[in-house]
Amino acid sequence: MSGYLADGLPVPVPARDGLDAPFWSALAEGRLVLQRCEDCGSWQWGPEWICHTCHSFNVGWQETEPRGVIYSHERVWHPVHPALKEQGPFVIVLVELSDCDGVRMVGNLLGDPMQDLVIGTEVTGVFEHHPDHDPPYTLLHWKV
Amino acid sequence: MRGAAVVAGVGQTPYWKWGQADEPEFKLALRAIVAACGDAGISPSEIDGFSSYSNDRSEASRLAAALGIDELKYAVMQWGGGGGGAAGSVANAAAAIATGQADCVVAFRALAQGQFGRFGQGPRRNTISGANAHTVPYGLMSPAQMFAMRVNRFMHDHGVDQSALRAISLASYHHAQTNPDATMYGRPLTEEQYDESRWIVEPFHLYDCCQENDGAAAIVLMSAERAADLPHRPAYVLGAVSGSHHRVGAPVHNDPLYATSSFTTVAPRLYEMAGVTPDDVEVVQSYENFTGGVLMAIVEHGFCEPEMVNDFFTVENLTAPQGNFPINTSGGNLAEAYMHGLGLTIEAIRQVRGTSPNQLRADDGGVDVSMMIAGPMVTPVSSVIFGSEATR
Repeated sequence: MSGYLADGLPVPVPARDGLDAPFWSALAEGRLVLQRCEDCGSWQWGPEWICHTCHSFNVGWQETEPRGVIYSHERVWHPVHPALKEQGPFVIVLVELSDCDGVRMVGNLLGDPMQDLVIGTEVTGVFEHHPDHDPPYTLLHWKV
Repeated sequence: MRGAAVVAGVGQTPYWKWGQADEPEFKLALRAIVAACGDAGISPSEIDGFSSYSNDRSEASRLAAALGIDELKYAVMQWGGGGGGAAGSVANAAAAIATGQADCVVAFRALAQGQFGRFGQGPRRNTISGANAHTVPYGLMSPAQMFAMRVNRFMHDHGVDQSALRAISLASYHHAQTNPDATMYGRPLTEEQYDESRWIVEPFHLYDCCQENDGAAAIVLMSAERAADLPHRPAYVLGAVSGSHHRVGAPVHNDPLYATSSFTTVAPRLYEMAGVTPDDVEVVQSYENFTGGVLMAIVEHGFCEPEMVNDFFTVENLTAPQGNFPINTSGGNLAEAYMHGLGLTIEAIRQVRGTSPNQLRADDGGVDVSMMIAGPMVTPVSSVIFGSEATR
């Protein structure tokens, strides 16, 4: 086991149409970039080809600090994937980013899986790199 | 569209645990449709339209050929997975009839998961891309996990206790005990069994999650002008709508109104079309993919203020005949069978006909206003109100 979760889950690769490629390349470098409209300045996540606020196609990518608050959470018990059979409980959080119009990201909350989970708790991002995996990938987790 | 279409017949196969149906899926679809036509007293060759949802595999043209129908006039699939389109399929059928595009439309759903693989399992591949690449590698991959996140936020915002979820589950199981067609008939559930059951994903215990079942169910709709010829008390489609609010489908859990079940704009449109208010609705079948979705759907349909959920969702209140707000009176998705909502639609119709296993207003021959709410927390969602002759 080389990460928070047991090995064997599907690993993320950039979408074939290129939509989220800048996100994954930045993540591999330990940076968080998200979509930001170059015309109206709105942040947007998940990725899309058009700005949902002003309908501009000039949706760029901007780096931001991986920090936010727990917007919601869940402790998972039932393994729905064979790779998680021996995992035991684990925690997934929905994090509302502090600096990006409240867009949210999904990740795991590092630490004791039985820790108290409190909405509103401040968290910061932790990059989990898997450079030796084929294909290589990086995940973004969170810690209190 | 109000009152333009009437439910002429309902039909269903036996219901099995997933993977255990002894016949192929397409044959189950045919059996349910033929049964619904029999119930309506018509020949299957009178059907001229098919309406389904959730990418049902029993394709309309094959059905039309198999049943030898004279002319296919309408074949429509509601977008979206799960059961969000269960009432939408009724809306689409009723719309076709109201606008004269078809005269006799079947809404149906058929499932044989042994033949085609099971719902609710994580993806079995080495890589993943697209929107799911931002959730699946973190272990977020099943419907229970997708929706527990919303429900936790709702429970946090409104101080909801686990007992509210439990009450929904217990009420569904209770109602199944008088329904011989229910898969949980003869298998009641106690508070202790619920409390001691394993967590799937907090706040969902095992008994907060729908079953997976095989089977098929169908209803036949036709013009209200033909209601007088029908063998049963007619159930009119007073209102049936689908949709969802602003950006429910924003990827990676970015729905702005996250702690909702997607009915915030759908429910008001439903009442407007049906010309009734929540006070007029006598019984509700509320789709339990997971009990938490029922909480939110009932709130969004105006039956209960969110701050009153703990007092409202009690076994006593949710159980027929004494409860003020009986729900899922056939056992619902949890305890009758999970036909992706079509079983709930049929039960809503039975309540108007006077043939429910837990009939309300039995002395009057049935209720006047009966609601079915489909597929909370997905997008699009849908809901429908059926009414008796007196409501027209």
